[in-house]
Amino acid sequence: MQAPAEYAAHADVYYVPPPSIWPIVGSVALLTLAAGFVMVLHQMAAGPLLMALGAAILLVMLCGWFGAVIRESLSGKYDAQVDASFRWGMVWFIFSEVMFFAGFFGALFYARNVALSMLADAQLLWPGFTAAWPTAGPGMKTAITPVEAWGIPAFNTLVLLSSGATLTWAHRGLQRGRPLQLKLGLALTIALGVLFIGLQIHEYGAAAFTIRDGIYGATFYLLTGFHGFHVLLGTVMLSVVLMRSLAGHFTPARHFAFVAVAWYWHFVDVIWLLLFIFVYCL
Amino acid sequence: MIEPKHIDRGVGPYFCAIRSLIALLAGALPASARAEFAVNLPAPASALAQQIFDLHTTILWVCLAILIVVFVPMAIALIRHRRAAGHPAAKFHDNLKVEIAWTLVPVLILIAMAWPATRLVASMKDTSKSDLTIKVTGHQWKWEYEYLGEDIRFISNTSTPTTQIDGGQSKGEHYLLEVDRPLVVPAGQKIRLVLTSSDVIHSWWIPAFGVKQDAIPGFIREAWFTVDKTGTYRGQCAELCGVGHGFMPVVVEVVGDGEFAAWKQQQKALVAAATAGATKTYALAELKALGEKVYGANCAACHQPTGMGIPGAFPALSGSKIATGDRSAHIDRVMNGKANTAMAAFGAQLSDLDLAAVITYERNSWNNATGDLVQPADIAAQRSGSAK
Amino acid sequence: MNSDAIALDDHSHAPSGVMRWLTSTNHKDIGTLYLCFSLLMFFFAGALAMLIRAELFQPGLQLFQPAVFNQLTTMHGLIMIFGAIMPSLVGFANWQVPLMIGASDMAFPRLNNWSFWLLPAAGILLISTFFVPGGALAGGWTMYPPLFIQGGIAYDIAILAVHILGVSSIMGAINIIVTILNMRAPGMTLMKMPMFVWTWLITAFLLVAVMPVLACAITMLLADRNFGTHFFDAAGGGDPVMFQHLFWFFGHPEVYIMILPAFGIVSTIIPTFARKPLFGYVSMVYAVASIAFLSFIVWAHHMFTTGMPLGGQLFFMYTTMLIAIPTGIKVFNWVATLWRGSISFETPMLFALAFVFLFTIGGFSGLVLSLVPVDIQLQDTYYVVAHFHYVLFSGSAMAIMGGVYYWLPKWTGHLYDERLGKIHFWLTAVAFNITFFPMHFLGLAGMPRRIPDYALQFADFNRIASLGAFLLGASQLLWLYIVIKCVRGGAPAGNQPWDGADTLEWTQTSPPPYHSFVIPPLVK
Ligand code: HEA
Ligand code: HEA
Ligand code: HEC
Ligand code: CUA
Ligand SMILES: [Cu+2]
Repeated sequence: MQAPAEYAAHADVYYVPPPSIWPIVGSVALLTLAAGFVMVLHQMAAGPLLMALGAAILLVMLCGWFGAVIRESLSGKYDAQVDASFRWGMVWFIFSEVMFFAGFFGALFYARNVALSMLADAQLLWPGFTAAWPTAGPGMKTAITPVEAWGIPAFNTLVLLSSGATLTWAHRGLQRGRPLQLKLGLALTIALGVLFIGLQIHEYGAAAFTIRDGIYGATFYLLTGFHGFHVLLGTVMLSVVLMRSLAGHFTPARHFAFVAVAWYWHFVDVIWLLLFIFVYCL
Repeated sequence: MIEPKHIDRGVGPYFCAIRSLIALLAGALPASARAEFAVNLPAPASALAQQIFDLHTTILWVCLAILIVVFVPMAIALIRHRRAAGHPAAKFHDNLKVEIAWTLVPVLILIAMAWPATRLVASMKDTSKSDLTIKVTGHQWKWEYEYLGEDIRFISNTSTPTTQIDGGQSKGEHYLLEVDRPLVVPAGQKIRLVLTSSDVIHSWWIPAFGVKQDAIPGFIREAWFTVDKTGTYRGQCAELCGVGHGFMPVVVEVVGDGEFAAWKQQQKALVAAATAGATKTYALAELKALGEKVYGANCAACHQPTGMGIPGAFPALSGSKIATGDRSAHIDRVMNGKANTAMAAFGAQLSDLDLAAVITYERNSWNNATGDLVQPADIAAQRSGSAK
Repeated sequence: MNSDAIALDDHSHAPSGVMRWLTSTNHKDIGTLYLCFSLLMFFFAGALAMLIRAELFQPGLQLFQPAVFNQLTTMHGLIMIFGAIMPSLVGFANWQVPLMIGASDMAFPRLNNWSFWLLPAAGILLISTFFVPGGALAGGWTMYPPLFIQGGIAYDIAILAVHILGVSSIMGAINIIVTILNMRAPGMTLMKMPMFVWTWLITAFLLVAVMPVLACAITMLLADRNFGTHFFDAAGGGDPVMFQHLFWFFGHPEVYIMILPAFGIVSTIIPTFARKPLFGYVSMVYAVASIAFLSFIVWAHHMFTTGMPLGGQLFFMYTTMLIAIPTGIKVFNWVATLWRGSISFETPMLFALAFVFLFTIGGFSGLVLSLVPVDIQLQDTYYVVAHFHYVLFSGSAMAIMGGVYYWLPKWTGHLYDERLGKIHFWLTAVAFNITFFPMHFLGLAGMPRRIPDYALQFADFNRIASLGAFLLGASQLLWLYIVIKCVRGGAPAGNQPWDGADTLEWTQTSPPPYHSFVIPPLVK
């Protein structure tokens, strides 16, 4: 891409964007969304409306903000140092996501390996309760039939793993200047992502227990739910990247948006593998 | 077992100096009911508490010594190396030997501190070979004691009148640290506590015993103590547990063996009397009078003595649909509580008579005038009904 | 170097009016916003503390019902931590990190703005809980279930507010990390960075690592409250103590998040006024890193009375004690920096010196608490309250005050009133000790924390503490006056009002140009 002459004149200047309206719009969006959500939780009439409003503002903000970033990127305002900032930023963002999931995995581990045996020891309170996983807990008589790991979940593992492969293939295409491979790879990845989500929804529908069924239900749905949400987000981001590919935004040398989304996607992949092992198999 | 040592107030004299200093400072203030200025842990009554006391004293000395070693040089620097005194600045900014020294020496000090602490923790954890086991259940905001293997179970409520709290009446000696029925244990025996809770986390604490243990709903935790000296020991709940947290005292009476046996007999007689009372039929006035007491002890903290509750947090009972509507719905709410709210299931805590009385009271007080009577038998009927 | 020589493409002039602040991408403006916001919150939470101390002035319930008292305590703690101390430290980072490493701005200036403007959103949510039915949060800043599950609508609002604060902190921290890693002027190697920058690098890492875990814990609370899950309910196989593990996995690093940048400020002030380089720079860096590392494996020292197994209690006792070593290294290095210096006692230096002494006292009471048997006596008593106010007020807050005095001339271009500054210092230091020292005694004698009313033997020390607190509060009004006066005018500061200072910000004018270091300086 051709950099504007004025930029080239002081190429060592780190690009500082002009004042922007989007952050404050984003804050208003989150405030509205949060207020609406609380009202929904407490069955207040205005809740859904407020939430919708908040979501709409958030959407506008995201489009506006990322639009600005894309425009700046296309007009060549980002030098190598800015690019490095984006890379570092993404790395640390993913690290924060890792810690988020670590918290939930920690909860699962604690419930299974620490709390359960203490509950079984408390025979004075829960006579006859034994430490067996899965459990809905000593106070709820429900028996839990877990989801069979080697059915849909195993297939889903395959789906996500191959989506990782197609994405890498697309990246190859991008790096080697084969636009068709890039677009096809992206489209395939998105399709696999959608397939995964579809199957996950099906699995939820077919599961013999709900989120209310004790600690097993709670950890199962929160872990897989947050993962599914991340897949959804990843799919949306992939779609944006596909559209930008179609618009010819990326060059073999400069395509950080693609890389960022790919990192994110692989991260979501790895989380799934852990989920498959710790939630479904063990 | 560890033998109790004599009570050693190691840092006593120094604390005395501090104490008089502070007393001087406070001299300008109006004297209050009991000027104590206690500056140390309370006098230990158990071997464990004694060891904790000694450990704390030792650590305090160590810290004081380090404080002097660190801050005397600092003070010297601040006095001698002032610019105003014309001291020129040196240029050094490194010295490997010194730095290694002040890393290693603290390591050694810490190891020396950790050693006695480790031994003490191990003995605090050892609840084996106990003579008597008592189950302690925390409720918002009272303690329930059950002597396992004996037919004794009772609830220990604060007995400080609200009039003392809001200042209408002058405060008694054991203000906020007194209960209607203390826990009674024999002296010299190893008492094992198994603790749990019915609602939120509480913490059972008697400072003089060196025992503080959280009571966690749905789980059992253990603690133990042995106290040789008879007497009354006081503490309070030590984990924030809602609006009554400050009003949840723990009182233990340590008595001689003979006295303990007599006390047990008396408790059993009380249980028998209560069973008999549960089959009787009562008049409205009788029930209301008893109900008012039960209400004051169990319900008023939330629903307020006026029955008006605290809007948004605790509903008013005066004029409430439940307290003026269907009787069995009212009994059900009080007996079984409401999940995920502060309204506990009082069926497990109160006797049939108490329940009947408090419900009758609620239905015939403030703006409620249903004229309904609820008899202990009604409660019993609903209990067996809900059990099926 | 003249940064005005280069006109940046479309924003060489600061926009004026409110839009300057609402839409700013300038690290100095955003830093100012952070500092103003935190000052406001400090006074709000401080006013709540005044109400707490007024109620505790004498036994009996005088001013507040217990329900309201618990709200005061909880909101005081929450707002002080999330609204006052943390944002002010981020404000320092915003102003100082780019200036100290010779960067033109933060790495992500727009994101920086968002990190700030999320705070008022969260603040509005938090403070609005005072006006909802059932009243504000009253379960302690630690939000332990099941008590937290019982609460009303305020509790859901607070969860979302803390989520927003978390987003703000994580984005702010990522910004700081990337700025430090990627924006240093040529020649500014990691081991040449000013100590303050180092402490913030490590603090930001802690933030990114632990804020998500807090988010995870409060998400479970939200689910237990509203979606029928049983994470913290034994009947469903959950465990209330699990929340405590998650919370303190966040909570303990959080306390170092509040103290490490304070260490950085003090490590900047002391060499300046001792006119001598910081002693043991390298070991200081390693000490901060070790503190950060250890802070991940000590969390359960807040839970010694929950009844952990013996092995757990011992492990957490040992690791906690270990923190005394790197912290000690810092203290020793500060003293060694003073040794044979040419010391003068301007207001920032007074605060820094008081910090070293009083923080050490707070550290020692922490050490006392780290010993399991002693902690079992003292946990949830006023001894703990004394401990953490020594590390938080005379630690974090007094370092912040010192830092404000130190950099105000740079930020505003005016000298503050030195005489009033010294008066403020002495009032604060004396009143602080009158307020909080007696709390050690109260705790030892057996007064639990978070109670609206107490037994009679605690009356005298409580009265002293309350009187001290009122004096402490009044002294802060003087501070406010000094700051406002300095912002509005005063003797010109010149580029370098402190002759001993040698970091890069002093090469800039006071106040620095709107865009400083547009062309990075060369660091030798
Ligand atoms: C800035 C905040 C901050 C800091 C820096 C610290 C520092 C420390 N804290 Fe503190 N702490 C809090 C904030 C902080 N704390 C808060 C807010 C709470 C209560 C939370 C709540 O429940 O609401 C708390 C509670 C708390 C507890 C739980 C108490 C309880 O509830 O029962 C414990 C227990 O171990 C503890 C220990 C320590 C230790 C060992 C340190 C160490 O880092 C201190 C190290 C420093 C020194 C030791 C001094 C200097 C060293 C030397 C001069 C070297 C030589 C010394 C020796 C060899 C001994 N803290
Ligand atoms: C960084 C944090 C920070 C800071 C700076 C402070 C500052 C102060 N704190 Fe803080 N405190 C906490 C963090 C902090 N606190 C935390 C985390 C808790 C635990 C909460 C919990 O249990 O959940 C707590 C709990 C706590 C308690 C225990 C409450 C209880 O357990 O029931 C008390 C009691 O005295 C107290 C007092 C004070 C006082 C007097 C100040 C003073 O330093 C405040 C200084 C005063 C001001 C800044 C006021 C400014 C002036 C005005 C507003 C003008 C009006 C003036 C007058 C009317 C005189 N605090
Ligand atoms: C810890 C606080 C607390 C205590 C103590 C308490 N309650 Fe309640 N009570 C509540 C709360 C909260 C509710 C509202 C529950 C809900 O959300 O419907 C409630 C509801 C009720 C109701 C239903 C009122 C209505 O109109 O919905 C009755 C009746 C009642 N309580 C009786 C009692 C009695 C009798 C006692 C004492 C034996 C008592 N309560 C003790 C907190 C408490
Ligand atoms: Cu029970 Cu506090
Ligand atoms: Cu801690």
